[in-house]
Amino acid sequence: MTRLRRDSLHLLGTVAPGALCILVFLVAPSIYLMGMAFLSTDATGLPALPLSVQAFRELAGFGFLGWSPGNLYTLLRSLWQTLLATVLVILIAYPAAYYISIRPARWRPVLLLAVVVPSWTNQVIRSVGWMNLFAPGTPISDLAVLLGITEPRMGLFPSQFAVIVGLVYNFLPFMVLPLYAAFERLDHAQVEAARDLFASPLAVFRHAVLPQTLPGLMAGTVLVAIPAFGMYVVTELLGGGKATMIGNLVAQQFAAASNWPLGAAGALIMILATLLGLWVLRRLGRRLGGDREVVI
Amino acid sequence: MGAQRPDRGRDKASVVVRGVSRVFPGDLRALDRISLEIHAGEFFTLLGPSGCGKTTLLRLLAGLEVPDAGEVEIGGRAMAGVPAHRRSVNTVFQSYALFPHRNVRQNIAFGLEMQRVSPAAIARQVDEIAELIDIGALLERPVDALSGGQRQRVALARALVNEPAVLLLDEPLSALDAGLRSRLQVDLKRLQQRLGMTFVFVTHDQEEAMVMSDRIAVLDEGRIAQVGSPQAIYERPEDVFVARFMGHENLLAVTRHDAGGVETALGRFEGGFAAGTHLLLRPEALTLHADAPPGSSGNGFLARVEECLYRGAATDYRLRCGEVPIAARVTNAGRSQPGVGDTIWVEVAPDSAATLNARRHTG
Repeated sequence: MTRLRRDSLHLLGTVAPGALCILVFLVAPSIYLMGMAFLSTDATGLPALPLSVQAFRELAGFGFLGWSPGNLYTLLRSLWQTLLATVLVILIAYPAAYYISIRPARWRPVLLLAVVVPSWTNQVIRSVGWMNLFAPGTPISDLAVLLGITEPRMGLFPSQFAVIVGLVYNFLPFMVLPLYAAFERLDHAQVEAARDLFASPLAVFRHAVLPQTLPGLMAGTVLVAIPAFGMYVVTELLGGGKATMIGNLVAQQFAAASNWPLGAAGALIMILATLLGLWVLRRLGRRLGGDREVVI
Repeated sequence: MGAQRPDRGRDKASVVVRGVSRVFPGDLRALDRISLEIHAGEFFTLLGPSGCGKTTLLRLLAGLEVPDAGEVEIGGRAMAGVPAHRRSVNTVFQSYALFPHRNVRQNIAFGLEMQRVSPAAIARQVDEIAELIDIGALLERPVDALSGGQRQRVALARALVNEPAVLLLDEPLSALDAGLRSRLQVDLKRLQQRLGMTFVFVTHDQEEAMVMSDRIAVLDEGRIAQVGSPQAIYERPEDVFVARFMGHENLLAVTRHDAGGVETALGRFEGGFAAGTHLLLRPEALTLHADAPPGSSGNGFLARVEECLYRGAATDYRLRCGEVPIAARVTNAGRSQPGVGDTIWVEVAPDSAATLNARRHTG
């Protein structure tokens, strides 16, 4: 057997299982989904030939009764709620991760566990928990009424506010963990060098802390923003139809509304939006990280 | 340029440290009432074993630590309440602490950028300093593509480009191999002389300290054991700690002291010695004779040669007199030398021996 052949066989043996998995579980369903988006529906709402762009027309808002902006709003609301939730998660997780990283070594695992343990519980149960906290008549809702934030007897749930709280709460651990890892590896000598070289506290953060924690921040943002964008459990339960996101729309089409091509088209748009988001994030990371490639 | 920059400039500054203490949690007293005066334009070295507080003292000067007691003055200005980024002091860190997300040029430019110097002036000053330190060819490289010696030079350039009143160097050569290290010692010394800048240098290597410094402060467990020129510290150490740290081995316990001399395990040595617990015999000040020279004063003793280490210009002898080991260094000037096993007479010149105390600064 020639060396080249042996090497090729070796390569095939090691790479093939993984490649096969990706092919069967990622590429094939994606192609199936993409194909489905370009089919029309039969009488029961299941996909059928001929090919058409009907699903995309419907997604864009053209229905039996003319054009409505509903779906477009849902898409924009999804983007906005994802952005808001991600920014809030960063604002909470960044100082939290730093705080945990400067605790004595024996306390750090305990604090990290406290962050992570809630996520071991089912999403639905946690959302129901928030529903109980935000329902009309609870102390929190009464306080909100007192402060004039909400109407008497309305409660804080269901509302967009409740959805944002639910999203932030849900995804916080996914930001804290990578940021904590980044803070734990932080090279304090760089921080001191920046201070020594006339950098104000803000400049120290910008030039010595942020670039070092950027990989963690990027990883966390990806881990939070992508699932948040597709989230439908939390929005369903806490939004009560007031804050539906594109995930709800897609889920609806595959279930109750029974319009699979429309659901597939929605999923396709989600994938494209996610890829676009990743591209923007990468550019942002490169700018903040001083042209260094930040792998996300 | 210059308008917004702090009191920087070619005006080298003196440093005064008065009664400074620093206590770390766990009751480890890193610095204990240290007082020092570092002259403007001086190459001053803080020398001591690890844990003696020399790096802590340097960090206090940089403003990276705050003293628990006492005060620091740089260039005549009290530094209490002045944060690190407002001090006209720059540091070359032991780990270099270069910013990995910036290339060499951007690293060197950092301090000037923070002082809002115009981009044109920054480019010019970076080029100048790069030429001075001889790293012009590296300017556009990423820092993780540099060797240890190159990183060390970049760290030096990054500090020097700001023309600090005082440059602090925290064991900047300790991570380098011996050859590079001795070359950079000379480079650094020359650079300091050329710039006339005040350098405060931290090291645990007494030879490095002697080669480079105008004056040395030897630190021992958070206190200053001795301050003086390299010659003074080496030839007239004030206590046993300093003597041992400077590499002296011939320390004999004094059993009796009077106006005419001292008595030790090797017998009596004549001379007007000051009171002290130990007698120091410098190895290069001992002369070896095959026999006791006629009419010798008695300042000598018989010893057996146990080991000869030929070092080219000199030979190191390990001698033994009874139970006491003695080190001697003899310059090789073509004379016949004693060999291993020979019994020889060791002559001690009166001015080459000195008494000193166990530890000067107890309590």
